[in-house]
Amino acid sequence: MASNCTRFRLVGRSYVLFVLMPEPPLAVWLGELDVWARRSHGFFDRRPVLLDLSKLPLSKPELAALIADLKARNIPVVAVEGVDSQLLDFTLPPLIHGGRPGGESDADTVAGPAETQDRPCEPTSLLLDKPVRSGQSIVFTNGDVTVLGSISSGAEVIAGGSIHIYGTLRGRALAGVSGNADARIFCAKFDAELVAIDGLYATANDTTSYLCGRPVQAWRDQDSLQMREIVSSARRRV
Amino acid sequence: MGQVLVVTSGKGGVGKTTSAAALGAALAESGQNVVIIDFDVGLRNLDLVMGAERRVVFDLINVIQGQAKLPQALIRDKRQERLYLLPASQTRDKDALTERGVARVIDDLRATFDWVICDSPAGIERGAILAMQHADIAAIVTNPEISSVRDSDRIIGLLDAKTEKAKKGQQVVKHLLVARYDESRASSGDMLQIEDIVEILSIPLLGIIPESEQVLRASNLGSPITICNPESAPGRAYFSAAKRLNGEVIPITIPRERNRLFGRLLGGRAA
Repeated sequence: MASNCTRFRLVGRSYVLFVLMPEPPLAVWLGELDVWARRSHGFFDRRPVLLDLSKLPLSKPELAALIADLKARNIPVVAVEGVDSQLLDFTLPPLIHGGRPGGESDADTVAGPAETQDRPCEPTSLLLDKPVRSGQSIVFTNGDVTVLGSISSGAEVIAGGSIHIYGTLRGRALAGVSGNADARIFCAKFDAELVAIDGLYATANDTTSYLCGRPVQAWRDQDSLQMREIVSSARRRV
Repeated sequence: MGQVLVVTSGKGGVGKTTSAAALGAALAESGQNVVIIDFDVGLRNLDLVMGAERRVVFDLINVIQGQAKLPQALIRDKRQERLYLLPASQTRDKDALTERGVARVIDDLRATFDWVICDSPAGIERGAILAMQHADIAAIVTNPEISSVRDSDRIIGLLDAKTEKAKKGQQVVKHLLVARYDESRASSGDMLQIEDIVEILSIPLLGIIPESEQVLRASNLGSPITICNPESAPGRAYFSAAKRLNGEVIPITIPRERNRLFGRLLGGRAA
């Protein structure tokens, strides 16, 4: 499919944001932030931050002052959560909601890396030895996810790296969500509702029916999502 | 100590209550003491299916709230003396069920019965979660169509996450019971095939219950199919399923109606 460069397009894309959640009293919290920032020098460089104010009700001037305070510390606030929308105008970052915690997910999730701090060595892959059932959401932003069973219709696996599925992919697989365009999705049998790599996605309607039921890999080539049947070398030789 | 079996599905109308009553009666026929608890508070049906609707005095909620003792609420089946029913309340809602109350009732019943069967309400809300909470074994009732299969998949996920067994790091033993199966429609492609359902849900098959007007007749009569028509195709299918619950290894077959040679010769199978 030839793509025309001048065409206007809207593309969905997922990012991982760091969330700061200030607590009262604000001066103490800012002090703790400074201590922490001194220890992890340059942590916030070019990293967008979301400000969650659900624990700290502020007036409009106070909010503007806090954002200026953070800016002075080189912490760019790209969005605000947990405040009344009337509090924000065009001079302030936009209100955002509906975020999902990175590294952990909703109640009936089977597995997921909850701890990201105080671990000497973070795991960079996640192995799921049971099928991912409808309604379950597995979020693992640290690296690859391997699923030994199938991903059911209505289930989703979200990975920072690649996703390997040894069963059938019937639900959604979202790879490379931490901005990794090199991530890939592999499945033994393809029947997906949606696949996405680094924010670029395709639904069942977009994919050719030829792939259905076959072993498939998906990868990202520039601005397009590619999918192809995996032909094993054993079969190729025959 | 008896075993707790939850009959559940996610989706409504797939045959949970029918299956709970039929399996309960079949297990009782095999000489075990069985009690079936209706967890569908506010929309109870089990009393009708078992023909005990005129005998309900106290119910599960009365027992949980201490207004009645457990033996006062248990209704003994008139046809099968080893089969008991603990009805749900029709006038209350599911919030009247408390976690501690349910745990106490199930513990008490487990001590005296060989099988405690929990007939779950549809959905994945409080009532369904409480019904599965203490289960050792689950029979997931599924019809051969995609929405039912996906809902069952969801329920299996909850059985692996929200039950007492799951919280202890153990597993509820899960079995698939395919109900309302129509062989001719499956082979013509109108219905999902058994292999497809088993492949999607990846749990072992407990039985295949053929679609039959006998099942509807039995519920209208207020009698489990395994009591009122044990020789019918669904009746035999439930008896085999009950044997498998007891650990017997018997190959899965799809029972057909007997004495219907003419119907079959005249094209019944092509319908």
